[in-house]
Amino acid sequence: MIIEGKQKIWADYQKDIPDDHYFYVRSCIRQAFWPGSEVTFLDITRNKLGKDFYENPYHTTCGGIAYHSDSIPQETAMTIIARQFALMHESGYENYVCSCITSFGCYTETLETWHEYPELEAKIRQYLWDSCKKEFAKPKYLAHASDLIYKFRFDIAKQMKFPLVNVKTGKPLKVVEHIGCHYSKMFPSKGFGGAEYPHVLVGMIEAWGGEVVDYPERRHCCGFGFRQYFVQANRGYSESNTYKKFESMEPYEPDLIITNCPGCPYFLDRWQYVIAEQTGKTYGKNGYGIPALTYEEVAGLVMGYDPWDLGLQMHQVAIEPLLEKMGIPYDPKKKYQGVNGKDLGQPQCPSCIKSV
Amino acid sequence: MEYRYKGHLVEELYKDYRIKEGMKACMNCGVCTAVCPAAEFYKYNPKNIVNIVSRKNEADLEELLKSDTIWYCGECMSCVTRCPRANAPGLVIMALRKLAMRSGLYMESEKGRQQYIVVKDLNSNVLNYGYCVYPRTFAYETHPEYGPVGKWVCDHLDDIHARLGSNLDGDGPGGLRRIPQESLDQLKKIYDVTGATELMEQVLNDAHEEAVKRNMSDEEYFLSVYTTNNAEKHLNP
Repeated sequence: MIIEGKQKIWADYQKDIPDDHYFYVRSCIRQAFWPGSEVTFLDITRNKLGKDFYENPYHTTCGGIAYHSDSIPQETAMTIIARQFALMHESGYENYVCSCITSFGCYTETLETWHEYPELEAKIRQYLWDSCKKEFAKPKYLAHASDLIYKFRFDIAKQMKFPLVNVKTGKPLKVVEHIGCHYSKMFPSKGFGGAEYPHVLVGMIEAWGGEVVDYPERRHCCGFGFRQYFVQANRGYSESNTYKKFESMEPYEPDLIITNCPGCPYFLDRWQYVIAEQTGKTYGKNGYGIPALTYEEVAGLVMGYDPWDLGLQMHQVAIEPLLEKMGIPYDPKKKYQGVNGKDLGQPQCPSCIKSV
Repeated sequence: MEYRYKGHLVEELYKDYRIKEGMKACMNCGVCTAVCPAAEFYKYNPKNIVNIVSRKNEADLEELLKSDTIWYCGECMSCVTRCPRANAPGLVIMALRKLAMRSGLYMESEKGRQQYIVVKDLNSNVLNYGYCVYPRTFAYETHPEYGPVGKWVCDHLDDIHARLGSNLDGDGPGGLRRIPQESLDQLKKIYDVTGATELMEQVLNDAHEEAVKRNMSDEEYFLSVYTTNNAEKHLNP
């Protein structure tokens, strides 16, 4: 691979993005599985960078997971989205940022389809009025939350305490970036770097001192597949796709995986545990797995947040080897504590993949 | 057999905006199949599906809608990026699935009948809580891959979310806040006016009738559909 050539191509796929004043909407999966990530996103943007990100408590799911599980019609998903846009408008905002990649794909699909078929937009306006007595304005700008962290990556780097560098060897950590499929596979022009050379996570890795791993199945789906996970009978699909990715990245010995999709870190984390239980195989060194983190978790680590405040104890793959490589101090006793040090016990150790 | 839209399947399918958006002119290059995560593991070929849809043949379309084939896709949309003719086989699949459900033909296949699971679970989460995924209904017992950490999370849900700054079932903004009743009422009205309620009721009714036919309770039927996997029928050799 000629790195300079790829960097030049990536540079051609940039997009302008407003600096401030966003209407923020949450992700169902991230709130449930990675709650620390959204808390960290808002803390970084609001408190560390002084930006205005507003959350309206009346917003709901966008319906994207139900839509991509084919359990609601397209018109239903679009009307839920129209309601979210109405809340943005009522709140006095024009820039819309969503925490979820599935949502980002749904919002983009909706806006593009309305652009192509104005009569459908008119129909959805009527549905929204009939159901909620609301009117909406389309956002002036639609962003995914990872776009904002990408935009502010150098500001974050200025506050960096622990770069993505192995403190024992002085070498950059080898980082796999995994982009959620619905970020730019459907509408490449809407993502930083398009679908072919997405730069949104690459930019963070490089700004924070890491080295990007290029491997054959880099763009392969994590295997969520919506109905292919929610129905237990289909979960082999999901696990098989994750397995394919890990077999492909294994020779490159990554230290870390960074993701920008709600489901991907769950599947890349949990299926490592299952693969180990089923086959005895682990993909990290010395019987550990490879940590699969959200971009906010990685941003938080490099900025010096406490790993347990970020919620890294919610990952099945142990994070401690990565913390030690980066030289990040942590208190093992606090990992499984609740508020005010409340003892919450601790999870059982898996049979095959090391947990501590 | 009798089913809704008999003799009008093609006409109904081509009303779907996802067909208008996703079905241009296929040149049979097969790139969609080459890149497809589902095609690697399942007996699945999106190129063939696009061919059948292009032919607009009523009998062929009926067979397709009755089959397991249209349910193998994971909707990752990797095919959309690669198609040199700007087709979107993933969107075509979504339109086919909708018609399969509305016509009732989805009940003819093992994978089609699984729509009972997602329609029941996801829509009850949306309508009752305002989330597609809600942690109090995501049980370790039905998701053992959640692992020992997942079991620990389920066992200490309130404490863990309080520790990590969620506002679980609380008022005001924040992660996992209780969605105000006014918002839930609006979601229900959106479901009513846009056809989601009708679709949901149809799927739940179809499942109930099938359960009765099989001499099962609705719960037994749910569990059977949730776990049944005739893998040799579905998977590539």
